[in-house]
Amino acid sequence: MASLKELKGRINSVKSTQKITKAKQMVAAAKLRKAQAAAEAARPYASRLTDVMASLAGKVSGDDAPKLLAGTGSDQRHLLVVVNTDKGLCGGLNSNIVKEARTRARELEAAGKDVTFYLVGKKGRAPIKRDFADKIGESYDTSDVRDPGYNEADDIAKALIAMYEDGKFDIAHLIYPQFKSALAQDPTTQQIVPVPTPENAADSEACVEYEPDEEEILEALLPRYVKTQLFTALLEIAASEQGASMTAMDNATRNAGELIDKLTIQYNRSRQAAITTELIEIIAGAEAL
Amino acid sequence: MALHFELVTPAKLVRSEDVHMVVVPGGEGEFGVLEGHAPVMSTIRDGALTVYKTENGTPEEIQIRGGFAEVGDNGLTVLAEHVES
Repeated sequence: MASLKELKGRINSVKSTQKITKAKQMVAAAKLRKAQAAAEAARPYASRLTDVMASLAGKVSGDDAPKLLAGTGSDQRHLLVVVNTDKGLCGGLNSNIVKEARTRARELEAAGKDVTFYLVGKKGRAPIKRDFADKIGESYDTSDVRDPGYNEADDIAKALIAMYEDGKFDIAHLIYPQFKSALAQDPTTQQIVPVPTPENAADSEACVEYEPDEEEILEALLPRYVKTQLFTALLEIAASEQGASMTAMDNATRNAGELIDKLTIQYNRSRQAAITTELIEIIAGAEAL
Repeated sequence: MALHFELVTPAKLVRSEDVHMVVVPGGEGEFGVLEGHAPVMSTIRDGALTVYKTENGTPEEIQIRGGFAEVGDNGLTVLAEHVES
């Protein structure tokens, strides 16, 4: 049985942990609202861009389509762009993303393809390195910016497109969590390079004028589309991080509360036991006289 | 007689309103868009988007950078990378 002093020390230590988790939970709740609003505000742009893509991609096809749309003609080398958070304390979010990435990589390897990783965010590096130490190509650090935004997406997209033009990979997939709610963030995989042709490419309004022309617009549009996808992923991860963090910290705070209650009962019992023993000793001593 | 005008950036939907005319700095020269304009898809260069709320009103300028302008059945949509406000 632990001594009274030890118990008291443990209670205090759990209490201070609870203070930290509670503070983190409240910070996450406040940030979540902001991140969620940002993610929602970005949706119109992404959906409009997809619409424009859909109407253009149907028109430019065949041999003169840009490489970013048509692909390299091979599907041997795959690049997995995995977006993780930079900070911990967000429950199972990062391990879920890594799990998804690992499953994808195993599937592709089983099909005889080459897989490399491009990692965004700090927390994915260690677990992926453990399994695929020689497969990690480059990584992008977002830890020194407060809110990763369009500029970061721009940098990542440029790096990816440069790698693609150098012929370092044939197909790129983006793995990121989709923010559903504070309780659920689903890791999703999406092909970003070559840009997937939207399904509703069939177009009715045939008499659209293009300035300068379809090919040139498409050429300017495709990198922007990749960039927008990355931007969406960055916003989704920000919202997911805060959501997951809020839930995880809520659980931790509750858990700490339970632990404190349990320890307090134990503390009170041992104190009572000590008092009783002392009393018995005194009474026994008095009777012996 | 109103043109539905939308200005969208990656960060947010900046404008969504009915206006009289918008002059867009297209990649191959400026063009004005009124209601009932034929469908056009154009790149834009960095410059000022001029919005005329009413026919004789004073124009309002919005500086935009990089993107596309699309005129369709549902009006003018400008997708810009940056908007300076």
